[in-house]
Amino acid sequence: MLLQLKSVSKHYQIGDNLIKAMDNVDLEITAGEFVAVMGPSGSGKSTFLQIASMLAEPSEGQIFLKDKDVTKYNEIERARLRNQEIGFIFQSFNLLARTSALDNVALPLVYAGASNDEQKRRATKMLDKVGLNDRLANTPAQLSGGQQQRVAIARALVNEPSIIFADEPTGNLDSKSGEEVKKILIELNREGSTIIMVTHEADDAAIAKRLVLMRDGTKIDDCKISCLKDIEKKLKEHK
Amino acid sequence: MYSCNDVIMFKTIFLIALKALFNNKTRSFLTMLGVIIGVGSVVMLTSIGTGLQAYVVDQFASLGVETLYVVPGNPFGSEGGFGGQEAMIESTKPVLKKDYLRRILRDNRDLVTDGVLMGVATTQAKYQTTTKKISLIGTTSNYEDVYSMPAAKGMWFDDNDNSKSEKVVVLGSKIAEELFGKIDPINKRFKIGGQTYTVKGVLAKKGSSFGGPSFDNYVYLPINTLEDNLDIQYIDNFTLKAIDKDHIDEAISAVKKTMLKELDEEDFTVVDQAQILETINSILGMFTIGLGGIAAISLLVGGIGIMNIMLVSVTERTREIGLRKALGATPNIILIQFLIEAALLSIIGGLIGLTIAYLGTLAIQPYFPAKVTMQTVLLAFGVSSIVGLIFGAAPAKRAAKLSPIEALRYE
Repeated sequence: MLLQLKSVSKHYQIGDNLIKAMDNVDLEITAGEFVAVMGPSGSGKSTFLQIASMLAEPSEGQIFLKDKDVTKYNEIERARLRNQEIGFIFQSFNLLARTSALDNVALPLVYAGASNDEQKRRATKMLDKVGLNDRLANTPAQLSGGQQQRVAIARALVNEPSIIFADEPTGNLDSKSGEEVKKILIELNREGSTIIMVTHEADDAAIAKRLVLMRDGTKIDDCKISCLKDIEKKLKEHK
Repeated sequence: MYSCNDVIMFKTIFLIALKALFNNKTRSFLTMLGVIIGVGSVVMLTSIGTGLQAYVVDQFASLGVETLYVVPGNPFGSEGGFGGQEAMIESTKPVLKKDYLRRILRDNRDLVTDGVLMGVATTQAKYQTTTKKISLIGTTSNYEDVYSMPAAKGMWFDDNDNSKSEKVVVLGSKIAEELFGKIDPINKRFKIGGQTYTVKGVLAKKGSSFGGPSFDNYVYLPINTLEDNLDIQYIDNFTLKAIDKDHIDEAISAVKKTMLKELDEEDFTVVDQAQILETINSILGMFTIGLGGIAAISLLVGGIGIMNIMLVSVTERTREIGLRKALGATPNIILIQFLIEAALLSIIGGLIGLTIAYLGTLAIQPYFPAKVTMQTVLLAFGVSSIVGLIFGAAPAKRAAKLSPIEALRYE
């Protein structure tokens, strides 16, 4: 088992109200899966992403990564874990401004302690993989939205993580660029990468192989991608 | 233990920090300006202080290290340093007598080669229509040798003049000019306190030592003449020449022993140049520290400027910090990055300030004895790095504590 969430909850106390952003969620992900997590806003899918990707700690429950209990990891251990095992693709790219595509992609390698030469070699290889080998020295401001997201994907891949988390990866892109990004994600999964993608677009979800539907902090459905039609219906009913 | 990876990572973080400063050139420069001015003024002012100190010490040393003084009271006070008002009053007490000097010279021939006394009086002098208030020093002819003050024109009075109480004087160069103008004063007659005196010699220009009265302003006359004809106030000191510099301590105790036969211990003090130098050194040292301290306030202001900008920078770069943390930067790595940024601002600013102060010192050197010492340079450099680290600590801590989710969500 690659990633396992056992009765994971995340509660926030805001004034007198206890907000259950995530409530008693169980989930198992095996290597090579491509999972789309869907749900309306406020369904807890962002919280799920933060907790599953080690950015935040759960209030209750346990998390296992490669069968190791990582629930109680401290901040330094979490940082190492994120660096070694997890790749992030954000909706708003989150590239460093005034920094070349190459240096942006190399950033996880900096924190992994890789040598300069190795950083350069591996970052170049990754940019080549996403089709940007002619844009190594360009800063984000000199790249289109689609190109920026491809740089971000290269960055997510550069340290060869076990799982890639994508948070609305096409949310800030026009449809053409969005298609390019989706193609890359499909290709990555075909090569064996495990991808967990949070989205509210059925079109995006359609590229995954498995679908998890969340509502009010709980998992209400977990099925093969063929159930997408039913789920779309459920989502519409909910609205 | 630090591994090879840590070293590589530190190097990379250093470059990241340097680049962050370079990406904001104007802001970085303006932030540095506080430190530039701070370090610049610290170095400049302390170099003026140390230069002055070196100059004064030089001047004193030129009087000769074998010189000893017997003075009334204790000019150094009971707590070291030059004493206060009390010591000043004591130093004009009329306790020293001519006979004591004779006795010192007679009893300590093996240690004290020469000696001269200085009696002081002030009165009016008149030449033709020019009237001047003058200070008189009554002394013996060996004053010339003890103080190395040869006559530039004419000659010094001799023992004969002294024993006969001849009314002859030797003029300091300045008072000679003031009284006689362009007229050659040698063998001219003029009035001191209503009596007529003849000018026997005029001294070479000597100047003052450290703001004290100038040797050039005095009128020198035989001590017996002074005692017989004018109202002598007190004997200022005996100035003695020790046989050589290795026997100074011995000479001091021998002179003391002789003096104790005449006076009580608290009535007089025997000192040498080294002691006086030490005291002046410590006073000027305090002066330098004071100057540096005042300038250090501007360095403090510079440090606060760095803290201010770094805090703004942390807020502005919240998203960047969140991203770095998400990608594997530990809180310590973020802390180090921001500390390096603050320290770099401070150190680069310090180096620029140092360069400016050095050039400034070179520029004023023809007019003032300023001197940049290695000590000052190291101090300024060290202090500016420490300022950067101290004032960078709060912003860096704030950056390190940011939660990655909150930071990534920050718009």
